[in-house]
Amino acid sequence: MIKFLLMVNKQGQTRLSKYYERVDIGKRPFLEADVVKGCLSRKKEECSFVEYKDFKLVYRQYAALFIVVGISDTENELSIYEMVHNFVEVLDKYFSHSELDIMFNLDKVHIILDKMIQNGHIVETNKNRILAPLLALDQMSEPH
Amino acid sequence: MSDVVEKTLSALPSLLSLDSQAGAGKLSPSSKLGNLIKGITELTSKHEEEKLIKKELAAIKEQVASPNTSMRQMKEIMVRAIYCEMLGYQASFSYIHAIKLAQQGSVLEKRVGYLAVSLFLNETDEFLLLLVNTVLKDLQSTNLIDVCMALTVVSQVFPRDMIPAILPVVEEKLTHPKEIIRRKAVLALYKFYLIAPNQVQHIHSKFRKALCDKDPGVMAASLHIYLQLIKESPESYKDLTVSMVTILGQVVGGKLPMDFNYHSIPAPWLQIQLLRILAYLGKEDQGTSELMYDVLEDSLRRAEMNHNMTYAILFECVKTIFTVHPKAQLLEKAAECIGNFVLSPKINLKYLGLKALTYVVQQDANLALPHQMTIIECLDHSDIIIKRETLELLFRITNAQNVTVIVEKMLEFLRMTSDDYSTIDLVGKTMNSVFSLGGDVMQPDIPNNFLRLLADGVDSVEDRRMRLFAVDSYVSLLQGETAQLPQRFLQVISWVLGEYSHLREEQDSGTIMRLLARLLDQRNTSTETRSWVLGAMTKLCSNPVSVALARDVCERYSGSLNTVLRQRAQELMILSQDTELRARVLPAEGRLEHLEVDSSLSFLDGYVSEALAAGAAPYKSPHQRQEDLAQEKALTLEPYGLSLPVSLSSCSVTDRLTDGLSPTLLSMSSGLSGNGTELSHGGGSTTLKLDGVKRVWGKEGYLAQQQSVEDAPTPPVQLPSPLLSPQRPPSQTQTPEPDQEKQQLASSLFVGLGSHNSVCLMGRAEPAPQHFRRKPRGGSSGASERSSDSSHSSRSAAVDNLLLSNLLDSTTVASEGGATTTTPQQTSQRTLDHTTSNGSPHVEGKEEGVAAGGSLSLIRGMVAVVLPTHTETDPQSDLHPAPHPAPALERPGDLPLTSHLPAELSGLARSELTPLCSDQDPSLALSACRVYKEDALVVLVFIVNNTNSTLHQMALQLTCKELEISCISGSPLKEVKGHSVSVCLHTVVMKRASVQVELAGLLSYQRPLGQPQAAQFSLSLSLKHFIRPLTVSTGEYGKMWLSFSHDLKQNLRLVTTEHQEPLTATLDALKSKLHLHIVDIIGSEGIVACRLLQGEGHGQPCLLHCRVHANTLAVWLRSPVPELPDSLLYHCQKALTET
Repeated sequence: MIKFLLMVNKQGQTRLSKYYERVDIGKRPFLEADVVKGCLSRKKEECSFVEYKDFKLVYRQYAALFIVVGISDTENELSIYEMVHNFVEVLDKYFSHSELDIMFNLDKVHIILDKMIQNGHIVETNKNRILAPLLALDQMSEPH
Repeated sequence: MSDVVEKTLSALPSLLSLDSQAGAGKLSPSSKLGNLIKGITELTSKHEEEKLIKKELAAIKEQVASPNTSMRQMKEIMVRAIYCEMLGYQASFSYIHAIKLAQQGSVLEKRVGYLAVSLFLNETDEFLLLLVNTVLKDLQSTNLIDVCMALTVVSQVFPRDMIPAILPVVEEKLTHPKEIIRRKAVLALYKFYLIAPNQVQHIHSKFRKALCDKDPGVMAASLHIYLQLIKESPESYKDLTVSMVTILGQVVGGKLPMDFNYHSIPAPWLQIQLLRILAYLGKEDQGTSELMYDVLEDSLRRAEMNHNMTYAILFECVKTIFTVHPKAQLLEKAAECIGNFVLSPKINLKYLGLKALTYVVQQDANLALPHQMTIIECLDHSDIIIKRETLELLFRITNAQNVTVIVEKMLEFLRMTSDDYSTIDLVGKTMNSVFSLGGDVMQPDIPNNFLRLLADGVDSVEDRRMRLFAVDSYVSLLQGETAQLPQRFLQVISWVLGEYSHLREEQDSGTIMRLLARLLDQRNTSTETRSWVLGAMTKLCSNPVSVALARDVCERYSGSLNTVLRQRAQELMILSQDTELRARVLPAEGRLEHLEVDSSLSFLDGYVSEALAAGAAPYKSPHQRQEDLAQEKALTLEPYGLSLPVSLSSCSVTDRLTDGLSPTLLSMSSGLSGNGTELSHGGGSTTLKLDGVKRVWGKEGYLAQQQSVEDAPTPPVQLPSPLLSPQRPPSQTQTPEPDQEKQQLASSLFVGLGSHNSVCLMGRAEPAPQHFRRKPRGGSSGASERSSDSSHSSRSAAVDNLLLSNLLDSTTVASEGGATTTTPQQTSQRTLDHTTSNGSPHVEGKEEGVAAGGSLSLIRGMVAVVLPTHTETDPQSDLHPAPHPAPALERPGDLPLTSHLPAELSGLARSELTPLCSDQDPSLALSACRVYKEDALVVLVFIVNNTNSTLHQMALQLTCKELEISCISGSPLKEVKGHSVSVCLHTVVMKRASVQVELAGLLSYQRPLGQPQAAQFSLSLSLKHFIRPLTVSTGEYGKMWLSFSHDLKQNLRLVTTEHQEPLTATLDALKSKLHLHIVDIIGSEGIVACRLLQGEGHGQPCLLHCRVHANTLAVWLRSPVPELPDSLLYHCQKALTET
């Protein structure tokens, strides 16, 4: 099962965090810093899965952005690795040509993520279906 | 970086520039969110961040309290609050406003309100109760978007106690016409199941409906529930297997709409989910498993595309295949798949391969064997994650034989990375399992090293954690069943508890004392362990409860017959009652300080000189005393003591070797001339000394001999002859190449796994295995090369025949090579000859020729008997046997049956033909012959049809539950034409060592117009047919000797001849009869090695250490398999009695 998903930049600043297991707000920054340290220090040729405490991290880098997923030991690392990519593809499809979209649309990124992962499980991977509700929301909000 | 990532990078300009400052300019300066984000991006220190966020939170607080704030503004405020919380600053004042936004906002505002709620709150928050009415209202809304949002938040966070309030409405949504609503309703119910399973019990039937929903999304959503349900009680859902199999079949077959594809792979995550469900259903259930074999095979087959996602599916598929009831064909394919993973240059796949291996070796440790070298490479991989995963894998294959090496690897790893949580976890659990598994067989320095590792190092957090881990796990171990734990482990436990149990927060030394006392009460606890336990108690008895307990214990042990125990009990008694003294002797905090030990015992000097002056005898070390005893020819009660046979190679060589043997065997080594020879003086001395053992055998195994010489403390005694130590085999003297080192490592790591073991690896390292023949002692090396060639199976018949005739001609090696073709009587006779006439090959060659000729004529006679109606009409009768392994089908001509031997076997040693049941049906004659291949015993059954009619529907079945039999005939036998011979080849290896086994055969056939008939026969095979020489060097022998756990000692009769030393004669006799390999003979001792063919590959080794002792041969056998020494000993006995 997925324990959390983080989007972090190279400086280690968190751009998005979503926890599927309860972690106190006060403890999150430390966990995130630790996790990011673990992933950033890895070389490109090293494998994308890191063991961290009693769970594993799957990370994937997109230029300056890292996406790190904490998973339990029973999860299939490679399928999570590809899920991250699927997520990025969905984001790309939605925010086609606008910079800093992820930062300025934190709410929408969360809404997309909520469509894909719930309670630590991958619940939707079909890109059209992931985006359909959000597009509907956008349409309804237009008149404002 | 993978190409996929690169492609994405080029496709994602929006993400690339995420953190560039340029982008920030686009924001409208009035946007508060924009300002916040800009501020956050520009932050340079934690302190600045704190200042910025505090300011932001104050601003948010002010705004949310203002009555003028619109819902639209509130939405932006919530996003800002989410940002603050994301950075770790609580914005609890905004929670209530998030709920308000969800209640009052419209569309996107409402969604953000719900989003903020799901991010801010968790199930136990009371705020959530305020949300229930909003959710209920939205669920009942006619606006689909509202319903969707409500269902989404419900499936994320909802107060458990309020489930009944909305359950009926959610349930109702299961039949909603829109798939998205049905899907979200299923996911909401899944959430309810997770937090309150009994509340949704009544709707299980509706889940089934969801599973059968026409929309794949709804079906996929229901799988989350089913995975959970089936995981908890697979029995209740076996009936779903067919549905799951059908669904997977359809998904794999590409029946889903295209947009479910991911990079043209059909719904990969759904496939993985289904495979997991199938694994739970099929686990330990053959019937259910059989239903899914086809679809699993299909999944394996279809997942061919070179894409990460495909490999993710394959990985899951392999896991499922190894979880469900096994099917050989599938397992094979899955294992092949793992092989591809492990060998992949892509690091992520390699990792997954190791993980898969780690999983599957739990079912069958042999699966790791084909990947030995890769595993060894991964052990030294630069990526620590790969390394750790490899250790995890090794941990799973730990057995009593490789435990030492694996533990050393673990310790090495731990030393390298002492600050890693996972390392502590891995090493901790490994050490536990290792101790409980192999505690009593491991060398004492392993636990010592482990304890030192625990004790060493500064008092850092990691060290404390490691120690605490040890204490905690040991306490829980002791609370369980302790009778099975090895003594060494108990000792380690006692020490650790004594030293570190004060680290436990809920420190209660009373509990630990009681646990320790229980160990003392255990009957099988050894005295050594007891003294460790008492030592630990001494450190622990701090509180009154412990002191009382200690007193009880002391009373019991202060009267012990064992002085050490008595002393420990006394110490405990005194120290437990005198707190002050105890604090001085065992300071609680200063235990880690290194104590200065006066090893010369100088404080006793005065006492000693006084005693000497008073006429006392000077002190002699135990070793000196023993030597004195030996010189006095006193009885030694321990025939073997602790000595290891190989220590002899450096320690005891007697001069009488010089007469009997050719000098090529033993090379002169002046450097070693002074070496430890005190052990062998006095010609007939048969006593084996224990000294030097420690020096020859270090913790790494066999230390270089040179070193042992230098270290030898005893003064060298000059021998009459300079002839001393056998030359080390080249592999030992050369600087080992890294490759060889790795192979050695592999051999020690994978020892005890299946049939491939250390031996096979060592064998592989050598260019040409030389089995069936001893090293040529005086003979021509050319001949030996040729003869070893002849054992290669892929030679043309012509070459083989040439070689064979060559062999029969006149070389020593021919006689060696052919030894096994002759009957035991002939062999023994020849052996005698051989032993008497070293270096006169012609005699033996002739003998061999005679023997072979004899058996040939014998066979001819037999053929004549069984083929009375033979006619010369067939022109093909002289056809040469086909050079391929298919059974040769041809008319029997003048040639003996042996000419029907497949070409690749004709050069090999074989037994004579044994007629089988020819009396049952005179027109059909069966005979059998054994061919001793290097890696298997080949049993040939010759079927001779003496009539004119063809036999149809031939089928030969060999059965024996102790043997592994596989047919190697190219094409299955169908018919045998009139007057022709058909040969069936089976390779046979033993499943487990047994003295003798009966192979039952059944040949069914049908004559034209006749009834089906069957001929039964049996063939007895003895262990010695499965024994092959094991060519190892003395050093390898020594390593193996240490790692084998099953041993047996027995005295055997010595063979005496006029010309030879009894030992040499006896060993030669054993060698020729049982195909053993004589590794070395030094003085009155000899070491011999062989292997038993078992499973595929090279088999299980058995080592013999023979020593002449009072006119008998004391034999000590060791092997990793328990039955082998027993059965082999029986044959040794038999062989020597017959001689």
